[in-house]
Amino acid sequence: MTRSTTAGSPPPSRRRTGSTTVVRALVRGGPLLPAAILLAVFLIVPILWAFVGSFTNATLTGVTATSPEWVGGANYERLFADPDFSLSLWLTVVFTVASAVIGQNVLGFAIAFAMTRAHRRMAAIGGGVIVLAWVLPEIVAAFVAYAFFSRDGTLNQLLGVVGLAGDNWLFIAPMATIILANVWRGTAFSMLIYRAALAEVPPELIEAAEIDGANAWQRLMRVTLPVLRGTIATTLMLITLQTLSVFTLIYVMTAGGPGNASSTLPVFAYQEAFRFGSVAYGTAIATVMLIIGAVFSLGYIAVLRRAEADR
Amino acid sequence: MRARRSAIALSAIAAGSLIGIVGCSPASGGGSGDEQTLTVSYIRTDAFTALDTLMQTTKEQFEADNDGVTVELQPASANDEDYKTRLALSHRSADTAPDIFYQDTTTVRADAEAGYLLALDDYLAEWEDWDQFSDAAKQAGVGNDGQTYAVSLGTDTRGLWYSIPVLEAAGIETPWQPETWDDVLAMAEAVQSSDPDAVPFMLYAGTGTGEGSNMQGFYQLLYGTELGGDALYDSESGKWVVGSQGFIDSLEFVQTVYDEGYALPVDRALDPNVWQSVFGELFPGDALGATIEGSYTPSFWVPGGSFEWDSYADNMGVAAFPTQNGDGPGVSMSGGWTLAVGAQTDAPDLAFEFLTMALSFDNSLSYVNENSQIAVRADVAADPSYTEANPFVGAVTEFVEFTYFRPATSDYNQISAAVQRATEAVITGQASPAEAAAEYDREVESIVGADQVIAP
Repeated sequence: MTRSTTAGSPPPSRRRTGSTTVVRALVRGGPLLPAAILLAVFLIVPILWAFVGSFTNATLTGVTATSPEWVGGANYERLFADPDFSLSLWLTVVFTVASAVIGQNVLGFAIAFAMTRAHRRMAAIGGGVIVLAWVLPEIVAAFVAYAFFSRDGTLNQLLGVVGLAGDNWLFIAPMATIILANVWRGTAFSMLIYRAALAEVPPELIEAAEIDGANAWQRLMRVTLPVLRGTIATTLMLITLQTLSVFTLIYVMTAGGPGNASSTLPVFAYQEAFRFGSVAYGTAIATVMLIIGAVFSLGYIAVLRRAEADR
Repeated sequence: MRARRSAIALSAIAAGSLIGIVGCSPASGGGSGDEQTLTVSYIRTDAFTALDTLMQTTKEQFEADNDGVTVELQPASANDEDYKTRLALSHRSADTAPDIFYQDTTTVRADAEAGYLLALDDYLAEWEDWDQFSDAAKQAGVGNDGQTYAVSLGTDTRGLWYSIPVLEAAGIETPWQPETWDDVLAMAEAVQSSDPDAVPFMLYAGTGTGEGSNMQGFYQLLYGTELGGDALYDSESGKWVVGSQGFIDSLEFVQTVYDEGYALPVDRALDPNVWQSVFGELFPGDALGATIEGSYTPSFWVPGGSFEWDSYADNMGVAAFPTQNGDGPGVSMSGGWTLAVGAQTDAPDLAFEFLTMALSFDNSLSYVNENSQIAVRADVAADPSYTEANPFVGAVTEFVEFTYFRPATSDYNQISAAVQRATEAVITGQASPAEAAAEYDREVESIVGADQVIAP
């Protein structure tokens, strides 16, 4: 009966007047205000403007540059009928899944896991080499990758040393080169996160599993990974969003070519908006990218919630 | 209106940032208070410094003549396409729009329609030097409404540049002047059998070399087919030509050149910097028979050029590129750049004065000579220092008689890209000439609309 007595006596907050509630909300929410305003001005408003712009026929030059007209969903109709768009969408999926979800994520975890078992000095050296790619500015990393894969590049010189004939990799396998470059560049990020997370896995859990007779594979699959579920979801979300918007790396290495064999959505949008001057059409592509990113984020957030709830 | 304009500008910026590009920081526009500032926007790269020299000189002269006026030069280190994009974006706000700028003739019409350019008719009427400009040069600056928006800095023509030692080693007499496309192929075959390591005939194609693929490649072929000057765009009806046999024939020629191994391998041909190999390695190394290039070609080899080559005058020859079946004297394409004044300038009088100073006789002459341009001013063209600047000036200037200009409509950039894709599909073997031509027709129709195309 303790519960009913508690309910019977009204909680003190109910007696508060309206003005104190407002004051309290202000005190609590006040510090968030500058951040909220900045986000609204520099993120939400441009996104809304871009969204509105994608329903016009705005161009870079010509009559419609300064007086664009409302064309409704014409840009989206053109987009979904455009074979270049479906190709670009497919390339984006391939690029994201191969380089982020599989490449950076799995490799990052494997390296982090190996480092927990490696000699400390080895781990430090290995970690340093991997982080190097992450520290490089994107444009520098892109040039390095270009210099590695190009016709007279490092890779072909190395192949020459062992007597193999190289090829122009950027031309014959553009997707493979940009995927490898992005794996190289981004693996450090997930590795760092997984390293920190692995250090947080309670050793007694592992020991308990070991006493119960679980082998190393079972301990990894049944204990470590489930404990890290939240971290995995967060990492996946971050690297997926990052990879969806990779532009510099691809533009420097292949510029979306040859033809449009490696033109992912960001490159496609850039070309339409700035090379061909169809700003509104490019904006429509950008809007679709935004929606794809949002869908991915929602999925990961749902996984994250469940992981938190299980704790 | 103003709010809407900035809304669109912002949406462009938002689109840019969404796809991960960091925008260039806007430079300050016109001055305020007593001090007047004129901003000048143009291209300066390692390989192209002539315009920078011209602007520096003009700035000095102009500031000496006009007390209290500062000229702020804003050179962009960019290729033509990126520069044009950046210029168009800068016109979206009066704060970033330059007062005077380097303007491509192909975008004059579209930019004038967009309201970026100031109409110059009233100013030109009072400028005594205006009569010196050739009619073709004057025409290059005219907008769709018939007003003049830009003044030509110089023009160029294109021809067939060939290596005398390579051709003579293959038993071809020089000076060489092919009469038909078959003559060109016969030369390539002869060079191939005499020196299997040499590149017999480089023909630019595909999207890698961008507009150069068309100007120094496909258009040279297309404009020499049955429809001639109306092969791409029918000037009478103002419509784009689809389904022409000339288009397929031109693609077949491109296919032959690549399939027979006359040109560089496809992957090298698609490298945007392939022209540097042509000028810097292949011709000086006697490893290339011939290619189609611009009248500016000697500027790379003269002392101070990007690829200095002492004996170019003795080793190189230039011929008019022939038409398909030998009708007419030949084919040449012309482009060229102009100077224009921004519509949003605070000081149109000063800006026009700067423009006339930059295009004066002395300044034009040194610019045209340094940049190996074809003079558009009659007094410059008659000057001995121009006619004797290099041994090829006379020959390439004669190409003006049969040269063509591109249709400078606002859709042109997209059409040009469609042409590049067609040639790329053919050289990579993705499509046969007929298939690539059909795909081009489809693309053109979707770009300009079914009522804007015409079949011969």
